[in-house]
Amino acid sequence: MSLRSAFNQLVTVTAMNMRNLPSRVGTSLVAVIGIGGVVAVLVSLLSMGEGFRAALDLSGREDVAMILRGGSPDELSSSIGREEYNAIVIAPGIARDARGPIVSGELYSIVDLPMRSTGTGANVPLRGVGERGPELRDGFHIVAGRMFQSGQNEVIVGRGAFSQFENVDLGREVKWGSQKWRVVGVFEAGGSVSESEIWTDAVVLRGIYRRGNTVQIIRAQLTSAEALPIVRAALEKDPRLNVSVRSEKAFYADQSRILLALIKYVGTTIAVLMGVGAVFAALNTMYSAVSTRTREIATLRALGFGAAPVVTSVLLESAVLGLLGGVVGGLLVYFGLNGYQATTLNFGSFSQLTFAFTVTPRLLVTGLWYSLILGIVGGLLPGIRAARMPVTTGLREL
Amino acid sequence: MNAMPVEVAAGTSIVRIRDLVKDYRRGAETVRVLDGLSLDIQQGDFVALMGPSGSGKSTLLNLIGGLDRPTSGTLEVDGLRVDELSEGSLGRWRADHVGFIFQMYNLLPVLTAERNVELPLLLTNLDREQRMRRVAAALKLVGLEHRARHRPRELSGGQEQRVGIARAIVTDPTLLLCDEPTGDLDRKSGDEILNLLEALNAEYGKTIIMVTHDPHAAERAHRVIHLDKGMLSEGSG
Repeated sequence: MSLRSAFNQLVTVTAMNMRNLPSRVGTSLVAVIGIGGVVAVLVSLLSMGEGFRAALDLSGREDVAMILRGGSPDELSSSIGREEYNAIVIAPGIARDARGPIVSGELYSIVDLPMRSTGTGANVPLRGVGERGPELRDGFHIVAGRMFQSGQNEVIVGRGAFSQFENVDLGREVKWGSQKWRVVGVFEAGGSVSESEIWTDAVVLRGIYRRGNTVQIIRAQLTSAEALPIVRAALEKDPRLNVSVRSEKAFYADQSRILLALIKYVGTTIAVLMGVGAVFAALNTMYSAVSTRTREIATLRALGFGAAPVVTSVLLESAVLGLLGGVVGGLLVYFGLNGYQATTLNFGSFSQLTFAFTVTPRLLVTGLWYSLILGIVGGLLPGIRAARMPVTTGLREL
Repeated sequence: MNAMPVEVAAGTSIVRIRDLVKDYRRGAETVRVLDGLSLDIQQGDFVALMGPSGSGKSTLLNLIGGLDRPTSGTLEVDGLRVDELSEGSLGRWRADHVGFIFQMYNLLPVLTAERNVELPLLLTNLDREQRMRRVAAALKLVGLEHRARHRPRELSGGQEQRVGIARAIVTDPTLLLCDEPTGDLDRKSGDEILNLLEALNAEYGKTIIMVTHDPHAAERAHRVIHLDKGMLSEGSG
């Protein structure tokens, strides 16, 4: 068979199949919707992971060091005393200006707030920040109200937390434990994880939680990203100290690892399970398509058309239906979920993290590939059946 | 009825069948449809195959056309052992040497008349212009050049069958195999189709083998061969 003949056969049989599509809208839609649903679920789960990753990525700078007590995996379990604090902030590699070292000794605790969406309680980070804490967050600015005052039971609420939780409206008084706090401002911090937090003065929080002179973490501006090993070496060499030093980027990458792995695992598992169902929908559609064209296929075979173009054309049609499903599912998620704000439990900090579903082009392409695979798998058996059907049997079909 | 093989006098046999057996499996049972059949058909002949339902007429036609394979025996068409061809070779051989005309026309409903006629030419190396020239000639021959752009549902049954005939002759095949070509047509349309087949035989020298139930149609053939219970007997056309 010459190349031209093979190409002509393929084009003819495929065109015939495609032109028949309008008469099979119902069954074709089943496959398109089935595969579209699977792609929508897959892309939305992955976009959740992408949004989560983006929130933590935006939070992480290479030129900011996170200094915790040695062996503490997170802020909650860390504690750094006053003497250690004083020794740390003068380490070489930590940036200084006229006001002294650019550092923020911070405390981290968790408070309970009802979620706006469900009304159920959720863990929300309440962070006590030092005077220079805002300087260490890119894009920090107050978008409503004002900054809290030192020494006052006042809090400012990150934009993400403000949108997701109740009882933090501007001017409102909220009670955590024995203390009442007034919400005096709402802030943004470049879309970073800080926007999921509530901030107050570290000194006030330390007093209320009876933490003495300790902080849980020191956030320090480095002279440059390359200064991290210098700071680490200096602190490790000091016999008074037992601390771990990581860049802010590495710290948040560690925090997100569990959730990202979970999202990937769960997302893939769900997509595979739903994919099996979608393949059956595609199989059903293509069996039906082949069945309605039995005589046409047999006629072409009688005229001399080969089996390969028949199989290929069925696969092509199935792949096109799959891709259509992928486009539908991708568009649904893009227009329905992209940018949608949500919260999830960050296993790294045991608190809620606000993030936006982020449907990237890469995720849409992943969805399209998956839909293509589902379509081709769904068309394989019907294609083989069409090609293997005896011509004389097919010619007798009505 | 003569159960002996139909022997044909010396001449140019385009179809040469010897001891042909065709069995079908029906569950655990084996049904013999053709039972040691031998037959010669001369080039340029017009043969009608008649017989009751289930006598094996269509099976014989399918075997000659390479749509099915015999259980045993030999089948030569134009000197080639068709029964020995592989599946892929059979497809190419059919495209080059056989034109099929079906009772239900078997046109593709989504294609126009000219596209239907063009189908067998897609298996050749002809370019589009050459193909369309041949399509136009075939449609002209069957008197349907003015309906080239019409789809099958826009044609009458007789016109559809004429498109089917144009498709069968467009590659200038050695053999025309017709399975009840007038079976779905009224008498007038049927006669037009038979006139066309006669002309193809008489003027263009096409060898035609036609399965029919209709004695009126069989009268047009030069030879009438009767099949019953898988064996042949011959009468005159």
